[in-house]
Amino acid sequence: MVGKRTLGGNIAYAMIILVMVLLMIVTVYPFIHVLFASLSDPADLMRTRGVILAPIGSVTFAAYEAVMNNPMVAIGYRNTLFYVVTATALNVTLTILGAYALSRKNVMLKTPILFMIIFTMWFHGGLIPRYLLISQTLNLQDSPLALIIPGAISTINLIILRTAFEGVPPALEEAARIDGANDFQILWKVMLPMCVPTLAVIILFYAVAHWNAWFDAMLFIRNREWYPLQVVLREILITNNTESMTTGVSSGDVMPIGETIKYAIIIVATVPILFVYPFLQRYFVKGVMIGAIKE
Amino acid sequence: MAIAQRMDARRAVKTSRRSFRDRLLQDLVRNKYIYLMLVPVVAYYLIFHYGPMYGALMAFQDYTPTKGIWGSRWIGLENFTTFFDSEYFQRLIRNTLAINVIELFFAFPAPIILALLLNEITSPAFKRTVQTITYLPHFVSLVVVVGMMVDFLARDGLINNLLTPLGIPPTQFLQRAEWYWPIFVGSGIWQGVGWGSIVYLAAITAIDPTLYEAATVDGANRLQQLRHITLPGILPTIIIFLILRIGSMMSVGYEKTILLYNPSTYETADVINSYVYRKGVLQADFGFSAAVGLFNSVINFGLVMIANRISKRVTEMGLF
Repeated sequence: MVGKRTLGGNIAYAMIILVMVLLMIVTVYPFIHVLFASLSDPADLMRTRGVILAPIGSVTFAAYEAVMNNPMVAIGYRNTLFYVVTATALNVTLTILGAYALSRKNVMLKTPILFMIIFTMWFHGGLIPRYLLISQTLNLQDSPLALIIPGAISTINLIILRTAFEGVPPALEEAARIDGANDFQILWKVMLPMCVPTLAVIILFYAVAHWNAWFDAMLFIRNREWYPLQVVLREILITNNTESMTTGVSSGDVMPIGETIKYAIIIVATVPILFVYPFLQRYFVKGVMIGAIKE
Repeated sequence: MAIAQRMDARRAVKTSRRSFRDRLLQDLVRNKYIYLMLVPVVAYYLIFHYGPMYGALMAFQDYTPTKGIWGSRWIGLENFTTFFDSEYFQRLIRNTLAINVIELFFAFPAPIILALLLNEITSPAFKRTVQTITYLPHFVSLVVVVGMMVDFLARDGLINNLLTPLGIPPTQFLQRAEWYWPIFVGSGIWQGVGWGSIVYLAAITAIDPTLYEAATVDGANRLQQLRHITLPGILPTIIIFLILRIGSMMSVGYEKTILLYNPSTYETADVINSYVYRKGVLQADFGFSAAVGLFNSVINFGLVMIANRISKRVTEMGLF
């Protein structure tokens, strides 16, 4: 009996391991495929069918050179970096202020303000009124501010940080108050140092969201000089708009859009995310949990 | 800031007794820094969240941007009845519901199953590796994910290249309406299953370990422990997320839809949100598209309220 159960258990365990390995392959292979394809010789790659486990033909960085020399990709990269830094800075500032204020006890208007904020998670006016408000009423059409200000606070992140602030032992705050600290000093010197992990999580969430954002840029930005990277990517990868590949290049040396260039662009656009991800991974599980409770 | 404070105070005076006003004024002085911090936050929510709610009034108008809400002609429910009578209405509702139902059956259980399987893994290093890798796609942009799908699902793409040797003729998957739902939901699972499993793994961690010890003493094997301890242990979490999911049964994300669909797949791909986008942003039919959006917002709001009520009854803890 006992031996049989162990055997069955072992088989089941082996199956689980197998399923997990398959899952990892399915998750990672698309990226590996793209990476190897981007390093492949374009002509040889065209002749290859199916799974590739190494760059095809002689390894070449020509696709990356083409990407680096592409003016739209450079513009998109520069703009996205600008949007990520400025918008995240605004996000973090406002989220800290709001989360701290709403985590205090004995503030009379706290409950109505909190309700006003949480209500926006359940009901919204819709895409079109928002579009008209930003593009026409506020006249932010074609302004980079349209990608920075309208998303200044994510309610979920506000609640995550507020929960963290509420978890700081009140004795610390009382001690600081006795020493004569005001709310700004308590926030800066007591609360924030106690909540660094959660702060790291929301910075990550905000920054990744801005790095990946494209929809608002498609709505509000027509001037190609202000395109973020994702909009350039969409033109090249999905809508096959060749303008992105050729604008700014003198007509004599217009580069044909090779498949390998598309792959190289995917890598170039995704590597920064992969780079910050391992550093913050240990923090974000905690952040997700706090968010989930009150989502 | 002083103005905001005074306005708050004045509003309070109108609605309440004198002692309340005194307490509020005292509170505004005592917590002046707190209210100072709240000024930009409240302003943000008023402008960018309550502004569009006010703007949604255009749903009841023959809206002209140059005249604004104040100057446009009111037409009652005409925009709504036009939508209900249009040939698109049924198709949009069907697609929106169908995608959500398919997600409920496949995308909802997937992270639960992954969490249960991960829980069986005894090697911490292997478990962490699986987690690290499966969380990753969550952070990759939708544009890149859809870009890779366009490449892999093309006629001469990876998927067709793998299927051709099996005798399956090549298909242009993204041009075929009948393939849209499986592709949409399947890619969603690929991108979200790892990330979604985090909450369930945490729920499993919270289960009292002595339960497992007692079960082992009683001779329960892993499968029996899974059925009688782990599953009941995470059931409240599953129920909460199930209810939350039901609260969004009438919405499909427009970002992914707009990236993934094209005119040849509108038949199955077009959902309420993407229709609002095309009508409003691309065709500038503002009043009508705002009405369609408002119709959807109201339904979603109702669903969330119902979901919350059920949640309170079933789990004795509301979502809010």
